[in-house]
Amino acid sequence: MLFISQTALELGFVYSLVSMALYLSYRVLDIADLTTDGSFVLGMAVSVSFAAKGHPLPGLFAAMLAGSLAGSVTAVLQTKLGVPSILAGIITNTGLYTVNLFAMGWSSNINLLKQETIFTIFRETGIGGKWYEFILISFIVIIAGTILTWFLSTRLGLSVRATGDNREMVSASSINPSVTITIGLCIANALTALSGAVVGQLQKSADINGGTGIVVIGLACLIIGETVLGRKGVGRSVISVVIGSIIYRFIYAIVLKTAILPIECLKLVTSVVVASAIASPTIKNNIHLVKMKKEAVKRSRI
Amino acid sequence: MLKIENVSKTFNPRTINEKTALTDLSLELKEGDFVTIVGSNGAGKSTLFNAIAGSFIPDSGSIVLGGKDITFLPPHKRSHEIGRLFQDPLKGTAPNMTIEENLALAYLRAGKGFKPFSRISKSDREFFAHHLALLGMGLEDRMDQPVGLLSGGQRQALTLLMATIVPPKILLLDEHTAALDPKTAEKVIELTERIVVDNNITCLMITHNMNQALELGNRTLMMNDGKIVYDVRDEERESLTVNDLLIRFREGAGVALSNDRVLLS
Repeated sequence: MLFISQTALELGFVYSLVSMALYLSYRVLDIADLTTDGSFVLGMAVSVSFAAKGHPLPGLFAAMLAGSLAGSVTAVLQTKLGVPSILAGIITNTGLYTVNLFAMGWSSNINLLKQETIFTIFRETGIGGKWYEFILISFIVIIAGTILTWFLSTRLGLSVRATGDNREMVSASSINPSVTITIGLCIANALTALSGAVVGQLQKSADINGGTGIVVIGLACLIIGETVLGRKGVGRSVISVVIGSIIYRFIYAIVLKTAILPIECLKLVTSVVVASAIASPTIKNNIHLVKMKKEAVKRSRI
Repeated sequence: MLKIENVSKTFNPRTINEKTALTDLSLELKEGDFVTIVGSNGAGKSTLFNAIAGSFIPDSGSIVLGGKDITFLPPHKRSHEIGRLFQDPLKGTAPNMTIEENLALAYLRAGKGFKPFSRISKSDREFFAHHLALLGMGLEDRMDQPVGLLSGGQRQALTLLMATIVPPKILLLDEHTAALDPKTAEKVIELTERIVVDNNITCLMITHNMNQALELGNRTLMMNDGKIVYDVRDEERESLTVNDLLIRFREGAGVALSNDRVLLS
């Protein structure tokens, strides 16, 4: 049981970076960024390839750089070339498949055997004992979350937030909204790639299909977190996505352990959860409308 | 200050929806001019503002603001010098951000060495609170609340402050009190007049209130069919009544002023 909670905590933290990225793109910028799946694998591929050559730590930074490049491609497609934002993400994502294969030396998976990873290096310091993986992951996540929160309170960050809130106002404040969208998507995809990079070194492998559906899972975590902690303020939202992500991984672990559901069903369940959570305001409205109609009919009969 | 020369704009040219919005329009404003604009529906009043603010590029003609040709400048590059308020009080502010954050964004127009990673400092906060207090709405005590919680009048007053906290070369007011209740509208007009006069801002204001058009500012333009049909200022204007204005409009435009929202009294 302890082992399961430890794994759930670790995975919850490491995948929360994807939810942070989605918080930035989906909530703050109000753009559904479907580059996510591809940039997750990109991060994984770059970081594992670097680790295979003996550079695990530079691998993380290279992964983030690669992720932000992917984000900038999506951003240029939608801001400069008029491609609708969802399509822009899908196009980049499709193209990334080839790029990811290239990053992995044209093979669909690579494994680290005896090469060092950031985790093996950290284990040698002896900090955290058995929890060394968790400590390193949470350290990375806390740093990323702090930087993101800090960034969103700077003047540039404020302009990024305003872009999703009221785009006309941004250009009235002498800021080019194309620039703020590009910056936002670069950071979001750098975070996603960082998540992939850490996962890759944790599992000591990278797989070309490792990112399938990650965008929906990330959104599920975001929504679970918001349900628990609410949507007030940037700092609180960043904490809430981490908590949401941990809760999701615990649910995942429980399903896996107790076998209430066959584990193959989990993606379907995740989709249903995300769809209904996003649809719930509209459904509530419709129910309210039907009720109002019924009452109006009743009153007219009297 | 502002010099518009022979600006024309036709929307959807050579289609069934072709609409000539501005026809060879010329206009020159002096520094400190406070000009009110009235006109029929579809006369091109808002189109004129859009041309100045850069929402589209005119088919012909040029626009010079403060000695600089801005005809082809994208909107965000003009906004250093242009403040604009719309009829819809929701348009000028970001609802999910706090009052303070909104002001900080507007203050970016000051643009003196834009420091992207600087945060709102204590002195910024004091500066904002001082300006908010001048609005007399108690907003200075609510600076950490999201703007979405404010009433329409409060949001419009805040937008006005945001547009003028760095005094622009020209302020464009597009019926900015039309969506407010009469009492709030009066208050916002009062604020507008004070801020414009105090800072000696050159200002264009579209209104459908004929009295307001004559009372406020020093010059009145009447527009019809994409043209300025009557332009009156200073002494000549002071003696005018609403009735005179309607007669002059008919003389200039050849038709009576038709605006379904116009207020004559």
